[in-house]
Amino acid sequence: MGMALPKTDPIVAGEQGEMRRYSVFAIAREAMRAHRGWEAQWTSPEPRSSYDVIIVGAGGHGLGAAYYLAKEHGITNIAVIEKGWLGGGNTGRNTTIIRSNYLYEESMDIYEHSLKLWEGLSQDLNYNTMYSPRGVMMLSHNTHDQQSFKRHINANTLYGIDNEWLTPEQAKAFVPVLDISKTARYPINGAALQRRGGTARHDAVAWGYARAASDRGVHIIQNCEVTGIRRGPNGEVQGVETSKGFIGAKKVGVSAAGHSSVVMEMAGVRVPLHSNPLQALVSEPLKPIFPCVVMSNTVHAYISQSDKGELVIGAGTDQYNSYSQTGGLQIITHTLDAICELFPIFRRVKMMRQWGGITDNTPDRSPIQGVTPVPGLFVNCGWGTGGFKATPGSANLFAYLIAKGEPHRLAAGLTLDRFRTGRLIDEAAAAAVAH
Amino acid sequence: MLLIHCPYCEEDRSELEFRWAGEAHIARPENIAAISDEEFAEFFFLRNNEKGLTYERWRHIHGCGRFFNAARDTVSDRFLMTYKAGMPKQPIPVMEKAVAIAEEKTVETWEATEGDAR
Repeated sequence: MGMALPKTDPIVAGEQGEMRRYSVFAIAREAMRAHRGWEAQWTSPEPRSSYDVIIVGAGGHGLGAAYYLAKEHGITNIAVIEKGWLGGGNTGRNTTIIRSNYLYEESMDIYEHSLKLWEGLSQDLNYNTMYSPRGVMMLSHNTHDQQSFKRHINANTLYGIDNEWLTPEQAKAFVPVLDISKTARYPINGAALQRRGGTARHDAVAWGYARAASDRGVHIIQNCEVTGIRRGPNGEVQGVETSKGFIGAKKVGVSAAGHSSVVMEMAGVRVPLHSNPLQALVSEPLKPIFPCVVMSNTVHAYISQSDKGELVIGAGTDQYNSYSQTGGLQIITHTLDAICELFPIFRRVKMMRQWGGITDNTPDRSPIQGVTPVPGLFVNCGWGTGGFKATPGSANLFAYLIAKGEPHRLAAGLTLDRFRTGRLIDEAAAAAVAH
Repeated sequence: MLLIHCPYCEEDRSELEFRWAGEAHIARPENIAAISDEEFAEFFFLRNNEKGLTYERWRHIHGCGRFFNAARDTVSDRFLMTYKAGMPKQPIPVMEKAVAIAEEKTVETWEATEGDAR
């Protein structure tokens, strides 16, 4: 996992709109002068005493929300506060799968909104996010899977989202290294394919949003931990206590992923979350061999190939609450067992790196985005094991929520209140596993 | 993988024999039909999800099959104590010491070297 080191070039982007655009001409110009003119992608200012909006957490969701607040709602006096380095949490730890073929309308609304934003994101940010609609294939291993996937396909088709059923032979034609033999340990009786699904470069998403937000005047404050949320006499938000002192704001948006429970507790708000480790690993680089993303929810194996040639493999979550960012060895062992059965050609491939992230899981496995009982405090959490795909859509609608004080139509069902009313969005039951 | 002490079998066994069973010491309301929607949401959905000391239930599903309670540090994943179901919440007087010991043995993650646990 790399990190863009801010360069010490004397040319520093100003408060607003002075960023040099990336283009083929910029590359040619810099090639002519030994690449000495590249600017820092974002500034690292000291915090002001107060802002209009503070966002806690500089992952893709938080940085994106700041960007869309500036771009679409004219609010630029914003700080994004991050206890580590930007994009160093789950944004930099996921397996970059993008798809929108969920079952319920509330889910399809937000994930499809996100997928449409992915399609134009590189142009919008003037930053190559490497969105690659190479197709996401979900393997069916048994009758239950088949019925469930066909139900998803029908629901998606009725809603105008592409998703199609493949026979085992069609699936093998799409992914030649797939073992579809009848005697396989995990036999395959078909697959669902969303062709518009795919991958993107996770670090570039964080960096692209950071650069575009910083260019519009947003302050990105790294290595600054939020330690408290200060509230006024009527319970309203007044700002946040941090390791760099108190910073005031009438609106605070919490986008802290696995640490959402910890941050929300500072304002006395309990959220229905479990924080669980989720692991991923990558192999040594190979020549291009794997053309799409393949997921098997039943055996918890998720695999694609990065542009560097590494196989990128995702596992399941550990069963217990933890903030350790590690996870148990038996979890990835199980996943690699399954990968080797599904794709026997990979049996001798060496794994190079393994890591864990902390996912925030809700009881219905659908996100929470909405107002809270505390005036001025907004929450965006519960994206669980699948938050990367939602990054642009979630950020875009979270910005709307913070600007308007009420949710956008496309996120109206994701409220915290649904656990009181019972109007759950039960993707957990729909997928029968974490997804 | 965790090594868990079952207070009934009185043995340390591998995590593979156990099933995590959620937060401990949550009592089901006796008048469940009469409570408000807020109270039901509190009982049914809202959990502490602590970073640090947590009390949780485990089940020795591939052993004796019984539920028991545990106190664990969610930063190091170290078990501080396990005790039988039905016993009251056990104080952890040596929590700070136990966490200090656990930190020495924790692998070097960002959480352990840079985060709260430092």
